[in-house]
Amino acid sequence: MPKPTKGARLGGSAAHEKLLLANLAKALFEHGRITTTEAKARRLRPYAEKLITKARKGDIHNRRLVLRDITDKDVVYTLFSEIAPRYENRPGGYTRITKIGPRRGDNAPMAVIELVEALTVAQQATGEAEAATKRAVKEDEAKKAEATEAPAVEAAEESEDA
Amino acid sequence: MAVPKRKMSRSNTRHRRSQWKAAPVSLVACERCHEPKLQHIACPSCGTYNKRQVLEV
Repeated sequence: MPKPTKGARLGGSAAHEKLLLANLAKALFEHGRITTTEAKARRLRPYAEKLITKARKGDIHNRRLVLRDITDKDVVYTLFSEIAPRYENRPGGYTRITKIGPRRGDNAPMAVIELVEALTVAQQATGEAEAATKRAVKEDEAKKAEATEAPAVEAAEESEDA
Repeated sequence: MAVPKRKMSRSNTRHRRSQWKAAPVSLVACERCHEPKLQHIACPSCGTYNKRQVLEV
């Protein structure tokens, strides 16, 4: 069974938080960028990104899963037909949070959360190159570990023989 | 109910209050407009963060 999130809910109760996050996600997909408090933006980010991941899969099952959370069909349509294709090549991280300082009135720290732009060809190439170098480094280390392990095993066998 | 037994002297009051201090806010110069701004927060005067326009000015 999934473990419920620890700590206080936004808005006071679990039901209120659920609706609040759904409404924030709806507004985000409708407008592309929204200004909210930092706490709400931080809670919204994983929620919205999971919805975008479902939209990227794009089939009717995933559409129904998204419609459970966002009941506005127009917003879900734009999410599947316009927002999801933009992130075809992006491996996650579809939103950006920028802090914009405290709000007048209650001094609450505010933030802007926005959908990031589509990856350019150059960015995609650098991302793949970085991933490749990382993979190469890992493989090198694995080889070295094997090389050091192998003589040790041989030595142990030899001592047993003697 | 618990109540104070003695009047608090002006000296003690003032001594306590002398410890109320406001900490200075640590500001940095904005990369774009060189106005002082809070760290890790979009510049309120030119609206940029990391050379990206975040706020309309």
